[in-house]
Amino acid sequence: MSIVVENLTKKYGEQKAVNDISFEIKTGEVVGFLGPNGAGKSTTMKIITCFMAPSSGDVRLDSDSIHTDPEAIKRRIGYLPENNPLYLDMPVVEYLRFTAEIQGVSKSNIPGRIAEMIDRCGLDREKHKNINELSKGYRQRVGLAQAMIHDPEILILDEPTTGLDPNQIVEIRKLIKDLGKEKTVILSSHILSEVEATCDRILIINRGRIVADGTSDTLRSQSQGQELLKISIEAAPSEVEKAVRGLASVEKVTAIDGKDGWFHVQSKPDASSRKEVFDLCVKNKWYLMEMSGQETRLEDVFQKLTK
Amino acid sequence: MSKVWIITKRELASFFDSLIAYVMIVLFLGLSGAFTWLFGSDVFFINQANMQVFFSIAFWSLFFFIPAITMRMIAEENKAGTIELLITKAVSDSQIVWGKFLACLILVLIALLCTLPYYITISQLGNIDDGAVIGGYLGLILLSASYISIGLFASSVTQNQIVAFLTAIFIGVFFHIVFGVLSSSVRGFFGELFNYLSMTTHFESMSRGVVDSRDLIYFGSIIAMGILLSQVMLSKRNWQS
Repeated sequence: MSIVVENLTKKYGEQKAVNDISFEIKTGEVVGFLGPNGAGKSTTMKIITCFMAPSSGDVRLDSDSIHTDPEAIKRRIGYLPENNPLYLDMPVVEYLRFTAEIQGVSKSNIPGRIAEMIDRCGLDREKHKNINELSKGYRQRVGLAQAMIHDPEILILDEPTTGLDPNQIVEIRKLIKDLGKEKTVILSSHILSEVEATCDRILIINRGRIVADGTSDTLRSQSQGQELLKISIEAAPSEVEKAVRGLASVEKVTAIDGKDGWFHVQSKPDASSRKEVFDLCVKNKWYLMEMSGQETRLEDVFQKLTK
Repeated sequence: MSKVWIITKRELASFFDSLIAYVMIVLFLGLSGAFTWLFGSDVFFINQANMQVFFSIAFWSLFFFIPAITMRMIAEENKAGTIELLITKAVSDSQIVWGKFLACLILVLIALLCTLPYYITISQLGNIDDGAVIGGYLGLILLSASYISIGLFASSVTQNQIVAFLTAIFIGVFFHIVFGVLSSSVRGFFGELFNYLSMTTHFESMSRGVVDSRDLIYFGSIIAMGILLSQVMLSKRNWQS
């Protein structure tokens, strides 16, 4: 089982919300769509879930295509739309029953599935309330429960943690991680730490195109290139700056604002300046207080790619 | 269990939970009851054992009640975004529209069923023409189904329930009176065309007990047209640009 997206394009008038996107997702992967608002994440999800047809291109699940077998595909996908729309006037259990019936869960299995979802999503105390009486966090759980009720192979979650408080975010992330062990999950977010914490693979989408694809580590190393050190030396700062700048392997030295004696040292491509900095300190009898390699943050990668 | 019926069941439950159903049934019975039995040219005034009075009242009250039932069906889902949730379930657009149509029709049928005591009472008062009664009820059901399909279409074009209500009334009023009025003032081919398009023509012949295939085709085509256009509006998202 794999999801294959081929040359997907969706136009709104002249503007291309999704521009010739292709990728493949394999069973059991947890994939995060990352991108600024309006990048085309939601549109891509809406096309995969058969809510709207693409202007051109195809999405296939094994042999089913969104053009020819939308119902077969819809049955295999559980979808939590952005902003989590729900029938607010229905009690939780009734709503889950409706969803189960319409997704074709056999009648004898329905009570069992509902009980499992209520247990798994922690809805036990709220199950007889109307959905409009629930807080946002619980509504989100109902949204997840309705997406999973028919035990789909694929879960598509559009911004599953927006509007939740930090504790709820942690809980939902944990739930998604658990789900990822047995199912294929696609989620979208514009929060980097969230995608980094939950996903095996990240697709960065910008202006309707995929600009990066890989694990958070590969993305980082791709954009890393040059070594960046943070050093702290106990000596006259101006003297230190001048001396370090004079080293053969150093490209750029910048003093860190507000911290006396701290510097960012960027090495030249394919070179490391760690040893030279140390030798310099020994030679001048300076005390080297700290020297650490700086990891490229995913935020930097993201900003670089989506500017 | 059919997908259509699952949607119908949910819509019906929502009618009864939100009191819409009770308000609609009580108002309909109150209005038609008052004019059938108490005020104006009521049963005792015309002094005949038939249900013409009730049928002509219901002809008008349904015209206003049905848009009030149908206005929220799709417009509310468009507004709340639940339409996305519904469409991405394993159902087709046509199953969604038919499910909603059936729910409205069942609600109207329940209201009409509640008027059966009128028939029983009147049949005690004298010799009633059963054929006319059956024809009249059938006419009311077909008329309701036509207005429901028009109302669903009106509801599918907007996110605003008031707009949906007014649109349904606006389209409905042509069939309800405008074509009838035009047919009496225009001669020749157009006169006949307007006469055929008028709901009144078909309803009146049916409530006299005459069920003609022309009438059935007329109501059938309005229903089919409304359902089809609602489906088109639902699938508009696919080719919208």
